[in-house]
Amino acid sequence: MTDELPKIDAGGDALPAAGQPLLRIEGVAKTFGTFRAVDGVSLDIKAGEFFALLGPSGCGKTTLLRMLAGFEAPDEGRILLGGRDIAQALPHERPINMMFQNYALFPHLSVRDNIAFGLKRAGMARGDIATRVAEMIALVKLEGLEKRKPDQLSGGQRQRVALARALARRPQLLLLDEPLAALDKKLRESTQGELMELQRRLGMTFIIVTHDQEEAMTMASRIGVMKAGKLAQVASPRELYEAPRSRWIAEFVGDINLFDGESKLRDGHRLIIGTRDAGALVVAEPREGVGAGKLAVAIRPEKVKLSRRGPVSVAGRETAINSLDGVVADICYLGGTTTYKVKLDAGGIVQASVPNSARLDVDAYSLNQHVVAWFTPDDCVVLQS
Amino acid sequence: MRKVSRLSRFNIASLALGLAFLYLPILILVIYSFNASRLVTVWGGWSLRWYHEFFNDRAMIEAAWMSLRVAVSSATIATLLGTLAAVTLSRGERFRGRTLFSGMLYAPLVMPEVITGLSLLLLFVALNAERGFWTVTIAHTTLTMCFVAVVVQSRLGSLDRSLEEAAMDLGCNPVRAFVAVTLPLIAPAIVAGWMLAFTLSLDDLVIASFTTGPGSATLPIRIYSEVRLGVKPEINAICTLVIALIAVVIVIASLASKLSSSQGESAAPL
Repeated sequence: MTDELPKIDAGGDALPAAGQPLLRIEGVAKTFGTFRAVDGVSLDIKAGEFFALLGPSGCGKTTLLRMLAGFEAPDEGRILLGGRDIAQALPHERPINMMFQNYALFPHLSVRDNIAFGLKRAGMARGDIATRVAEMIALVKLEGLEKRKPDQLSGGQRQRVALARALARRPQLLLLDEPLAALDKKLRESTQGELMELQRRLGMTFIIVTHDQEEAMTMASRIGVMKAGKLAQVASPRELYEAPRSRWIAEFVGDINLFDGESKLRDGHRLIIGTRDAGALVVAEPREGVGAGKLAVAIRPEKVKLSRRGPVSVAGRETAINSLDGVVADICYLGGTTTYKVKLDAGGIVQASVPNSARLDVDAYSLNQHVVAWFTPDDCVVLQS
Repeated sequence: MRKVSRLSRFNIASLALGLAFLYLPILILVIYSFNASRLVTVWGGWSLRWYHEFFNDRAMIEAAWMSLRVAVSSATIATLLGTLAAVTLSRGERFRGRTLFSGMLYAPLVMPEVITGLSLLLLFVALNAERGFWTVTIAHTTLTMCFVAVVVQSRLGSLDRSLEEAAMDLGCNPVRAFVAVTLPLIAPAIVAGWMLAFTLSLDDLVIASFTTGPGSATLPIRIYSEVRLGVKPEINAICTLVIALIAVVIVIASLASKLSSSQGESAAPL
């Protein structure tokens, strides 16, 4: 087993040749009884990436992660790590380590022994183990707690021990199963930052499983959204948010206004879509393959602007702007922003998220006030309904 | 806090009655074991005479030694088998007939001892096995291994499975993962199981009398046959010693299981 431990110091040399993905998942599927938990997933992960698997519970993301760790064997497909098929390899035969959701710290071992556990199994020399453990303890800032048992630690400290233990063997790939789910909000946010920092510094490849889209957006360089055992979209956080590929993703990631309708008129790079709830909307030309049949126009709430008397004129472009008359029906103050629900004269409701840029509420709208909600064609995404 | 711990008169009375009901006969037996009189029911002052008598009674000492050997060996075998059964049932792959297997494992818990004893006797006779130390040991193993399995399985059930997965993830094959992580965590339950098996074997009269042979009586058999000829004060002394031994074992067993459950709390997921 010793020879399978990557001999890398900061994730440098044991990695596959440039251009080759570190991890290649090819048509992997797993069925439990009659339930198809993972249904033909293919995905490439590059070395040094921070990849997030995002999805609602039961979408198969944890099963996929467990197949990477070796706790489940896929029924179909291949998992290639650095070119070698590891789909049927046992967990201890893979240069991959995992941080468990509940941390799974060994209750009968001290912090030091927990971290040293994997190193001893790898047959490392005593002195080297001591050095590595000290290094790991410094890395996760647990100095002085080496002799404590897991039940004498706080939740945040346990999380760090689990991280140090998983990192100690310098795996080629670190899997993190909902690593921050057990922490409170403040601690979660600071830990997110630390995890990102650590990943950059070690140059390691991280795959994180989460149901928290904000967490995925904050930390990951790429996100794979899973739905019912399939990858619905793999994209950068920005692309996922601004250019969702389906109605389901648009609704799953962040808040969104959706207006169902049909294509009416094509005018150069503009498309006019007749919607039931918001009248005719001018939108930018959608991506290829979208444009026929039933469509939905999607606009993020923060792209919707409000004004008292129609759109603020943008020189020469006014005709291209969608402006919808309505009445403020609901106000939700969130501190940094306020979300207004505007009941449109056309019948629908549009949500607008307005930054509270001034402390005094001179700009605020009041309930039942008549307003104009407006947005540009480029802010709209057209989706197949 | 103070209010909770204060007992009402009714509580005190019922507690005293309950304890008296349970322990008065034993207390009387213990006191009479120090009786100087030859007659069991007449108090003749304090004395250690009957203990002295017992230690000079070769037959009785041999029976006690036999019981002790049977208890230690059957408890050890039962602990080994019971632990294996518990591990298979709670950790192994789901196999066909698993429910049946676990049901059958626990059946001896409720099986009348007479039936267990008689069936074992028939088996030993059919096999033409010479009855003595080994037949009693095997019979007691059959009786006690299900108790061990229950104790160990409940501990395994409360153990987080991801602990073993973490061990495997960190380089252990499944067997090493079990030895390095699971075994230390279920050790208190195994110890408690052993103690339980030990005391059960030490107590048993029914199964032992079915399965033992001439010249290898266990202590309960010996006591029982003596009592049929009339209770000698020496019996009281022996019983007091047995009670003391069992009390010690039970205290150790409960301490072990207490240790086991307090570790279990820290092992539980957050």
